[in-house]
Amino acid sequence: MTAQPTDIATYNFAYLDEQTKRMIRRAILKGIAIPGYQVPFASREMPMPYGWGTGGVQVTASIIGPDDVLKVIDQGADDTTNAVSIRAFFKKVANVAVTTETAKATIIQTRHRIPEHPLTAGQVLVYQVPIPEPLRFLEPRETETRKMHALEEYGLMHVKLYEDIARHGRIATTYAYPVKVEGRYVMDPSPTPKFDNPKMHRSPALQLFGAGREKRIYALPPFTDVVSLDFEDHPFEVQTFDQPCALCAAENVYLDEVILDDHGGYMFVCSDTDHCEKRREQGHRGHLAPESPLEKTEPAQ
Amino acid sequence: MDIATQAIEGGFADPVFDAQTVFRAVMDAMARPGTLQPLPVFARPPAPLSATAGAIALALCDNDTPLWLDLVLQPPAAIKSWLGFHTGAPLANTPADAHFALIATPAEMMALDGFSQGTQDYPDRSTTLILQVSDLVSGAPLLLEGPGIETTATIAPAQMPRHFVEQWKQNNQRFPRGVDIILATPEGVACLPRTTRIKTMEA
Ligand SMILES: [Zn+2]
Repeated sequence: MTAQPTDIATYNFAYLDEQTKRMIRRAILKGIAIPGYQVPFASREMPMPYGWGTGGVQVTASIIGPDDVLKVIDQGADDTTNAVSIRAFFKKVANVAVTTETAKATIIQTRHRIPEHPLTAGQVLVYQVPIPEPLRFLEPRETETRKMHALEEYGLMHVKLYEDIARHGRIATTYAYPVKVEGRYVMDPSPTPKFDNPKMHRSPALQLFGAGREKRIYALPPFTDVVSLDFEDHPFEVQTFDQPCALCAAENVYLDEVILDDHGGYMFVCSDTDHCEKRREQGHRGHLAPESPLEKTEPAQ
Repeated sequence: MDIATQAIEGGFADPVFDAQTVFRAVMDAMARPGTLQPLPVFARPPAPLSATAGAIALALCDNDTPLWLDLVLQPPAAIKSWLGFHTGAPLANTPADAHFALIATPAEMMALDGFSQGTQDYPDRSTTLILQVSDLVSGAPLLLEGPGIETTATIAPAQMPRHFVEQWKQNNQRFPRGVDIILATPEGVACLPRTTRIKTMEA
């Protein structure tokens, strides 16, 4: 035996033991077969706190293989602490290639955004979900919400949205805006901005949702109808921005407000950092873009 | 070769990575109904359990998943020993208790509604059927539509159950309850989740 012990030999591949992976894999298959239905699973403790995406991490750990290329985003950014930690975790425990480029990734784990670059067949988008139950704020009891899903009793959900209209003149919900999947299950799209809801509809990519603390997995197969709840007289509308990205001049993308100084200065820039960098590399310049050419950032090792 | 030796041999050579590869093929097949997801030979179970069906059982089954064997797979002791040794899965007392069912002769299998359909509250508590078929081209063509399929897909699996189209329509009508099917061919896997509809051609 000449093989040198490697780092990876001290872990289970992708951290989870095989029995846990099998259990999660079976839940994923059921989720795909019943789009929008929340499959219970026995969530495991992960070496990171809840709120750090333990549900998404367990899903990714159960599907990932040595040939995968992983991208991790947090609110659209590849370089936040959360995204960097999860990426480093999988580099260590699964020895997989990582990327910040949406087009190069086979698995994208996300917290609260869908990349601007269109996803393609063969890609898997894994969502970190804090509260998977879209009816939870109407009904705290799990037994009751389960019954409501079983009987397709979604009247209360519509009442709540309509109350929004009565109060605000429009539906005020801008995050975790509920959707109906294939005309059957009402589903929480996770706290993504409703701007991203239309990207879920008939996406060529497979979308998997993992809620660690709440122990639920659900899924959207590719080319699945995902319709945001609305009313005839108040149709669903995505947020619009009245100015393009200050750095890359992109329009029709989701923008974050960034504070520039102590004097109330701010700018609106792409929430999707990879998209913004790609556009600047291509020569697009917003009105606040720096003079010097952009330096390419590499994923953290 | 005695049964004890047969039971131990023919499992995954590299259990962690082989299981991942097999699962990923099944996941892609379930996500894209009607597509064939190729698989190399990972397992060599005793006949007549096929290499592909055996590999799927190794990847997905364990002591939490009661397993049902059809009339052809039940008698050979070697098959029970092999599955028992490599998966630890107990045999289901009835088809309605099974999490997975291995079917070597789909053309003679019992009706789909004899297996667990799940409940309206927990539709995931249903049997996943693993059907051994020789190919996806020599049977009656099935025009498929539904989630995972951009427009339509066509497969023509051999040796399918009797009155399959009618049985499948009833399976659709039970949604969200119902069974899901994994077709195991010598080349790989294809799936028919309960959401897939078989379009009948207009006469
Ligand atoms: Zn930008």
